[in-house]
Amino acid sequence: MNGRGFFPIVAVVAVLACIPLVIDSNVVLNFLVTALLLTLAGQGWNILGGYGGQYSFGHAAFFGTGAYATAILQTRYGLNAWPAFAAGIVAGAGIGAAIGALTFRSGLRGSYFALVTLAFAEVLRIIASVAPITGAGVGLLIKLDVGAQTLQFASRAGFYWLILALVAIALVITRLIEQSRFGARLVAVRENEDAARALGVDANSVKLGAITLSAAMAAAAGCFYAQYFLFIDASIAYGPAISVEALLAPIIGGVGTVFGPLLGALLIKTLGEGAKFLTGDVPGLDLVVYGVVLIVVVAFAPRGFASVVAGFRAGLAPPRKPGAGVRAT
Amino acid sequence: MNDRILAVEGVSKRFGGLQAVREASLTVDTGRITAVIGPNGAGKTTLFALISGFQSPSAGRILYKGADVTGMPAHRLAMQGMARTFQIVQPFAGLTVLENIAVGAHLHIAGRAAALAAAEEIAELVDLGSVLQQSAATLTVAGRKRLELARALATSPKLLLLDEVLAGLNPSEIRDMLPIIRAIRERGVTIMMIEHVMQAVMSLAEHIYVLAEGHVIAQGSPAAIVADPRVIEAYLGAGAAARLAGGAHGR
Repeated sequence: MNGRGFFPIVAVVAVLACIPLVIDSNVVLNFLVTALLLTLAGQGWNILGGYGGQYSFGHAAFFGTGAYATAILQTRYGLNAWPAFAAGIVAGAGIGAAIGALTFRSGLRGSYFALVTLAFAEVLRIIASVAPITGAGVGLLIKLDVGAQTLQFASRAGFYWLILALVAIALVITRLIEQSRFGARLVAVRENEDAARALGVDANSVKLGAITLSAAMAAAAGCFYAQYFLFIDASIAYGPAISVEALLAPIIGGVGTVFGPLLGALLIKTLGEGAKFLTGDVPGLDLVVYGVVLIVVVAFAPRGFASVVAGFRAGLAPPRKPGAGVRAT
Repeated sequence: MNDRILAVEGVSKRFGGLQAVREASLTVDTGRITAVIGPNGAGKTTLFALISGFQSPSAGRILYKGADVTGMPAHRLAMQGMARTFQIVQPFAGLTVLENIAVGAHLHIAGRAAALAAAEEIAELVDLGSVLQQSAATLTVAGRKRLELARALATSPKLLLLDEVLAGLNPSEIRDMLPIIRAIRERGVTIMMIEHVMQAVMSLAEHIYVLAEGHVIAQGSPAAIVADPRVIEAYLGAGAAARLAGGAHGR
């Protein structure tokens, strides 16, 4: 493992880590926390969708499972928030592995895979909105108990650094994947599954590994959400909104790139919040903005915003051909 | 059974109403180049798919290195040293030539740097050394055929199944490719090839099987095969051998 390729991650994380020292505005920090939260979920989607080519429409299934597991363990079983957080990640990864085993073994690819993941998320949403353990329609409220040992920070900065640390881990994991055999095989499966199999790649186990890791990241975002807002219900945790945002961020930022989800999350959150601010909080307007941004990106930069940045960096040389994302960012 | 790396015994494959391969039997001797020829639709590619684990036969069995591997999935066969190329080339279009070959090299090499180094070596062998960082999508047909070959070769195969690696190439490209295939054999790799370019088959293959309508209708040395009337009829229709012989007399 060489150190090359990790410098940009260190630099970006270092710059982001200094922001709370300079800016004291809760509005700004809150905005950045939600953007980083989306980055984490989007990075999860990016592992499976961007590198593995398996487009999920149901990452809410993992996000929600992480959120509910954390909340239930704390409210119903009195578990400390830290182990509950870890358990939430494991639970999300477990759901990811289970959904992966079912869908990949039955050979579902492309739009069929997308539809089935959407269906799983919806089923979980409906179960969560009626089951007593999830608080049914009322949702779950985590008791306010500020303190580092309960993973509830008095200042926004505490939460900000926590989510930044999680994002940093996700960025490093993604870079490690790029430089590993697993990553090479994952990309090979994305590009051509039959050719990969002929070269000895066990496509199903590679995809299973990817969805498990992907789900773990999305679940970590869910755990953080529960801890940050201290309230979840079925439509927040398992709703289609998070599935859509989790795939929009990497697609707009740049699929199959390390920084794509971060770029995309910052971009769509900025535009979404900006539009709300300018129009006086018209409900649903952020979704309209997402749609417009998506159309613009697909039309003018189909490899995402990261490819535009890479193009400028390469001295206005044209960006590399589609899919060369393994090296891009 | 060391001299026989592959034995196909009475293998059949049916796709609904279509009997693609009927009770085909053949053997491939270790270290030789064996060719499978036959008219279009004879079932050659299906036979390859059955051998390489992409399809399961409806009947019969396949022995590889003396062990029954019938129905074993493709990636496990690749682990055991069986590699194949595709008639319709299947490059990882979004990756560079080097990255394409490295996927094959990763079969037995875990480290990224070592796999890339091995891939570079293989690229030199098939004359792709000058386009390593180029996207596979930009390669010409000849380049893509070489890439297919290089990727398969990077898995360090014992048995290499080549499905029409010369198809679509012009005569000079074919001439360049023949020594590459021979060089692979010299490295100790047994080769089984499907090929339409007869001139190449004649100069490369030591043993030929002729497949027609899913049957193995003839086998033997290249010289014996071209003289076999059953082979001529399979290609040109019933009575063609006699007419050809008669026509030659008539002139």
